[in-house]
Amino acid sequence: MNLQFPDLTPVMPELFMTALALILLCTELLVKKKGILAALSILGVVVVAYTLIGSSGTTFGGMFVSDGYSTFFKVIFFVNAILSVLISIKYIAIERVNFGEYYSLILISTLGMMIMASAADLIVLYLGLELMALSTYVLAGFIRYDIKSNEAALKYFLLGAFSSAFLLYGISMIYGLTGTTDIKSIALYISEKGLTENPALSLSMILFAVAFGFKIAAVPFHMWAPDAYEGAPTSITAFMSVGPKAAGFAVLGRVFMIAFASIKLEWVAVFIPLSILSMAVGNIVAIAQTNIKRMLAYSSIAHAGYALLGIIAANNEGLASMMSYLMIYAFMNIGAFAVVIMLRSEDFKGDSISDYEGLSRAHPLLAALMLIFMFSLTGIPPTAGFMAKLYVFMSAINAGYTWLVVVAVVFAVISAYFYLRIIMYMYMREPKVEVSLSTSPSLGLALGVTTVAVLAIGVFPLYLVELARAAISGF
Amino acid sequence: MNNLPYPILSTIIFLPVIGVLVLLIISRSQETLLKWVALIFAVATFLLSLPLFINFDKSTFKMQFVERHDWIPAWNIKYYLGVDGISVFLVLLTTLSTVLCVLISWHAIKIKVKEFYIAILLTCGAIAGVFCSLDFILFYIFWEAMLIPMYLIIGVWGGPNRIYATIKFILYTLVGSVLLLVGIIFLYLYGGTSDILELMERTYPYTMQLWLFWAFFAAFAIKVPMFPVHTWLPDAHTEAPTAGSVILAAILIKMGAYGFLRFSLPFFPEATKSMVPAMLTLSVIAIIYAGLVCLAQKDLKRLIAYSSVSHMGFITMGIFALNSQGIEGGILQMINHGVVTGALFMCVGIIYDRTHSRQIADHQGLSIPMPVFAAFAMVFTLAAIGLPGTNGFIGEFLTILGGFTANKLVGVLAATGVIIGAGYMLWLYQRLFFMRIHEKVVGLPDMDLREIVTLTPLLILVFWIGVYPVPFLDFMHPSVQHLLERVNVAGGMQEMNIARTLMEVIR
Repeated sequence: MNLQFPDLTPVMPELFMTALALILLCTELLVKKKGILAALSILGVVVVAYTLIGSSGTTFGGMFVSDGYSTFFKVIFFVNAILSVLISIKYIAIERVNFGEYYSLILISTLGMMIMASAADLIVLYLGLELMALSTYVLAGFIRYDIKSNEAALKYFLLGAFSSAFLLYGISMIYGLTGTTDIKSIALYISEKGLTENPALSLSMILFAVAFGFKIAAVPFHMWAPDAYEGAPTSITAFMSVGPKAAGFAVLGRVFMIAFASIKLEWVAVFIPLSILSMAVGNIVAIAQTNIKRMLAYSSIAHAGYALLGIIAANNEGLASMMSYLMIYAFMNIGAFAVVIMLRSEDFKGDSISDYEGLSRAHPLLAALMLIFMFSLTGIPPTAGFMAKLYVFMSAINAGYTWLVVVAVVFAVISAYFYLRIIMYMYMREPKVEVSLSTSPSLGLALGVTTVAVLAIGVFPLYLVELARAAISGF
Repeated sequence: MNNLPYPILSTIIFLPVIGVLVLLIISRSQETLLKWVALIFAVATFLLSLPLFINFDKSTFKMQFVERHDWIPAWNIKYYLGVDGISVFLVLLTTLSTVLCVLISWHAIKIKVKEFYIAILLTCGAIAGVFCSLDFILFYIFWEAMLIPMYLIIGVWGGPNRIYATIKFILYTLVGSVLLLVGIIFLYLYGGTSDILELMERTYPYTMQLWLFWAFFAAFAIKVPMFPVHTWLPDAHTEAPTAGSVILAAILIKMGAYGFLRFSLPFFPEATKSMVPAMLTLSVIAIIYAGLVCLAQKDLKRLIAYSSVSHMGFITMGIFALNSQGIEGGILQMINHGVVTGALFMCVGIIYDRTHSRQIADHQGLSIPMPVFAAFAMVFTLAAIGLPGTNGFIGEFLTILGGFTANKLVGVLAATGVIIGAGYMLWLYQRLFFMRIHEKVVGLPDMDLREIVTLTPLLILVFWIGVYPVPFLDFMHPSVQHLLERVNVAGGMQEMNIARTLMEVIR
């Protein structure tokens, strides 16, 4: 047997990330101040991000690929991890769950996402997905004494396991059909043997769509999201509303655009109703919420619907628009959650929408920042949210789905109602309770970064667009 | 091209934004300083915008004071600004209104002063951007960005029912805007550019024109507002603070009419032509129906709001008459309406600051304690009616002439609107100023210097345009001629094409 040592350059970031997570676990035993762990993890992620440069290539016999597409998503994951850590430091102390494992778990979950983005093989994909999901389940239930947090973790776990089963079923079916789990070989086999008419192929495609639909929280696979988002620690809600969703989109793009390229019309027909339902249910049900975390959960469902438009366009431009959308969503959503976290103090929950009444009177700056995030989530210029929507709409119309975009914009108007209601509460009502903020430098930094990003991308989107296009060029 | 030492249009748009940045660093307790800074920036913007009037080349329809830079090269979207005879006055009206809005709010705004002036400056900057943009995406960004501060102006500083009014305003406007966005993206992808002038040169298939006409119509008709989507305006006007009402009346609703002129007519000439009967009907309904509604109002601001709907009916009638009198009258009437209705809302604001009531019945006999104010209000009332010698006469006369040329019945019906207008305005004046003095208004102070300074520029404009409108019309001639050529030539092309197809069929 000729054993060859695999080329490790493409997996360098993943190796560093693993090492970082393990080092953090060990340091946790030695240091008393947990702030050091947070600083260490942010520093570590920056180092890992640095190793992305020059990591491109394929390794492990083509099972693992590091290309522009995966790199772009990894940047989203790093942004997500860093911002989540920044907003966590004070928050987990307030929640009295200031344990070092917290940061390791965030990093391990991020590692799982990175592996997903780079997976060129369905087995690797599954590995990454489970690594990400299992650590996120733990994080969702991190507030052990809180029954809601437990409920969140359990629901997330049960439905997550359910979706993993679907994924495995889909993988085994496609393996039975083509005899391979390599994404490129699957596509090749299908086109060579003319399997496009085979019902088993369609069935496995649908199973994949269901599994990924769970991960991106698209309707009708969204049932876990509101409960999990509401119960989980707020910092983790921010983390999992961006990271796992982006990772889900990453694998969705790769598997469907490559492996199922020959049955494009079929899967587009599957995703169109998913997208419409997500926008409809997400935006309409959000109106009825009284808890801001639940509201943002439904908003996150709706945003999955918008990002799906990029997938439905089913071309490179569509993928680039979907990627830009997720990057922008990371900034504006974590920004909004940072505001939510700031309202949480020792004896005040601060997650009810009515807690925002009159916020602009006592805390004008915070209210102004929330205003920016809410308008950005609605998609009103000159914020980044508008550019995100503009790009996916452009790619969808270019692919011939003008009617779908008309549906999407109508739901965008409906979404304005509940986003602007937050602004209305902050600016146009009198305060009922006195809200004291739990500020910290790290939270301030997170808010500063997200605000600047939301406004800068809103006015100068060209760098992001060019980046996404360059990332997709070798796809 | 721009031969000024500074990029004038960018200055008009972004000087208020710089003002906002300055306001941001001033402590909110220093209210006087905040007001003065806002005023200085507003006045500076106005003064710097005057070269638009002085240096404007009246002999050409081409865009002037053009600025063009790459903005998002990946999408071929440019930062492209310019004005022509259609938009130049709207820009000037915007900068003037900014100054007046700051002045009129001096004592009226007592809470969140800092945020208020920030919102005013942002709104006016964004609206100026709408009138200057020559790139579709840029246009849309300004068009929507204006909503953010306007939402706050009505919602935070408005009357008792302000939250209902502001949500209604924003949802109505958004519905139209997003359809406009779909239309814009469609045009952009079809033409491969978002350059408005370049896209204007092309001809589009008739079915596409029809679809896009209605998509654009949704946005513009709601903004104007045309019957039957006008119901947000009375609520927004009534609840908004004085400055908000002035912005709404003077410039914001002009964005809709401007949209028709800049986009709907030249882009979709055939669709426009086939929709003329519908548009004229809606305009006439707005003129008469809103006029009649005015007669039944007990609330001062609501009455003037409905009169706005009626006056905007004249403007859309003029525009869709598709002849030079109608369109020039429409543009002139846009300015007139901005001046006169803006002034009337300021008059209401002056009363409201003193009595904190908007009921007409509470203010009988105002001319006794406030004679100077009564004189000012008289002029604006007469201008709103369209008395010869005031600006309202010229505009209304031209639009009705245009309407008459297009369709006799339309002209006749619109003329009855003038009579109704005279009815409700004179009756309003009588009820406010002449009847037995109401106890609430006894001993009210007359206008102070600030209020006189605020209203005087508008008074001058009323008579200037009213007595000698030629210089104003001169600005418009080439642009309007060019626009009409575009509409008619394209129509001719269509007929020629049909003829050619017929010939081929016969062969």
